[in-house]
Amino acid sequence: MGSNMTTKIEIKSLYKIFGSDPAAMMEKVRDGMTKERLNDEYNHVLGLNNINLEIPEQGIQVVMGLSGSGKSTLIRHINRLIEPTSGEVWIDGVNVLSMSESELRDFRRQRASMVFQKFALLPHRTVLENTQYGLEIQGMSDKEARQRACHWIERVGLAGYEENYPGQLSGGMQQRVGLARALATDADILLMDEAFSALDPLIRTDMQNILLDLQSELKKTIVFITHDLEEALRIGDRIAILRDGRVIQQGTPQQIVLKPKDDYIADFTRDINRGRVIRLKTIMKPDNGQPGPELSGDMLVEDAAQLVTDSPSSHARVMDGDSQCVGVVNITDLIRAMARPDIESRIEDL
Amino acid sequence: MEFLTEFPALGRRDLRDLRLAIDQSFKNFSREYGEQIEAIFDPLLQFLIGFERLLQSTPWPVFIAVVCGLAWLASRSIRIVIGTAISFYLIGLFGMWEDTMSTVSMIAVSTLLCISVGLPIGVLMSRSDRAQSIVTPILDVMQTIPSFVYLIPVVMLLGIGKVPGLIAVVIYAIPPMIRLTNLGIRLVDSEVLEAADAFGANPWQRLIQVQIPLALPNIFAGVNQTIMMSLAMVVIASMIGVTGLGQPVLKAVSNQYLAMGLFNGMAIVALAIIFDRISQSYGQRLQKFRQNGQ
Repeated sequence: MGSNMTTKIEIKSLYKIFGSDPAAMMEKVRDGMTKERLNDEYNHVLGLNNINLEIPEQGIQVVMGLSGSGKSTLIRHINRLIEPTSGEVWIDGVNVLSMSESELRDFRRQRASMVFQKFALLPHRTVLENTQYGLEIQGMSDKEARQRACHWIERVGLAGYEENYPGQLSGGMQQRVGLARALATDADILLMDEAFSALDPLIRTDMQNILLDLQSELKKTIVFITHDLEEALRIGDRIAILRDGRVIQQGTPQQIVLKPKDDYIADFTRDINRGRVIRLKTIMKPDNGQPGPELSGDMLVEDAAQLVTDSPSSHARVMDGDSQCVGVVNITDLIRAMARPDIESRIEDL
Repeated sequence: MEFLTEFPALGRRDLRDLRLAIDQSFKNFSREYGEQIEAIFDPLLQFLIGFERLLQSTPWPVFIAVVCGLAWLASRSIRIVIGTAISFYLIGLFGMWEDTMSTVSMIAVSTLLCISVGLPIGVLMSRSDRAQSIVTPILDVMQTIPSFVYLIPVVMLLGIGKVPGLIAVVIYAIPPMIRLTNLGIRLVDSEVLEAADAFGANPWQRLIQVQIPLALPNIFAGVNQTIMMSLAMVVIASMIGVTGLGQPVLKAVSNQYLAMGLFNGMAIVALAIIFDRISQSYGQRLQKFRQNGQ
């Protein structure tokens, strides 16, 4: 995953400094001044510090970090709701920062839509009118916009609520409206700023499922911000971890969990259910001819454990996309992978 | 010691000269430009006269029916409609129909004027802190200066009549419209505005689709205040020739006619209550979406 995909969004040495004279601070930051010193001595806040990120096309890129890490600032640079102090944001070969005001508006109307943490729906408009909002701004005829909005309302499971006002809906339903509004514009980039963070855990899982379902069909480029590692591992194709405005690690969920770059990340990943992150092809051993159920290499260890336990064999055969056997795992491997101890030593290459 | 007990004021002669100079220059100004300025306001005068004639020539049952219809559309409350009908019936019964029509037309025109001038100014104020810092003190002056004081230059410039009266009413009644428009727009949730930006709304779309609709409850409170203040100004404006319920009140004050003053005063109160209830309940209906949940 990752390397074979083309890059959709490329963020290059992006800096954002908040304060009265950010440009003057740039040099100090480039010379390595820390966030603390900049704050204490110059009263400027270093929001983003040399961000470099390649976001693959048609994948879900999660940006994870705790509050104050700069993740919401980062996502707002992609559609330039925030101007950087320095750096570039390339999307399909165009630098967003060089766009004129009207080019930028067109880009936001047609290419990138956004879902917000607190929904940000228009309270005086019905669900239908809210979903139509982006289309209205595009200048689409009312009839067509209505049709399209109805389609997306149905897709997010809100059919029958078209004439309700947001204030009459629960948080989860409001965010479905937010999602429908973003999908209706048909933009190929979807920016989701802590979109599910304000929801109850059960509803959050629901919404994650809706998103994954839709994504398997729509194949948009999604940038998803979250402070929740479980959520990041669950939906991310790739994850970048942000701390103090800096990317401290990026990679696939497996890479993050199995090879945390430092103690900070290791702390995060300690309590994660590894069985839901690690895939068979990561832990398989060379084929030794043992019989067993034939499972895909992309299958999660937890799911495989279930299947192997239910089968008469204690082994499973790991298959690639062309139904060729590429290795085997036994039940001990599966349990070992799910257990917490350091398994890095056993896995040379990811 | 004299310096401490006597304020070092300008000399009596200096002050007189200063006053004369100001008076003279304004007189010259109004002599020079008075007619042109009057000409500018001529369309307003024609509109005012036309509207007043229309109201006065409308048969009274038709007028009551139309007002009751508007009251129903705005408030959807049968109580307000019945109250409106009874009030106008009583006003007619006590022989104040014509004066009331003059006053209603004055209020209607001044409110329209206040909205069409005040709304854009309020929007401008909300968009720029600089505009706000310039306009706010002007509004403070307009609201606190005794109305008689600005009647003087208005009368010097335009004489006595409907238009100077209308201007005096508008000066008095427009500040709440401007202030509440500004406030309402500034209070719009910044996250909703960010969403509008993120979907590529241009400034005009932002204003029309998001800011004004969400500020509407406040804007309507401004309209309501403007109507109330116009009504309060009717009596003072009658001093410079505005016809309507104010003139009999003025006559009653100078001649000590108690009953006459009371009747006309009550008619003004009745109008105020009717307009207030109708505009307020309309303002509340605009916020219907805020009911339920949250």
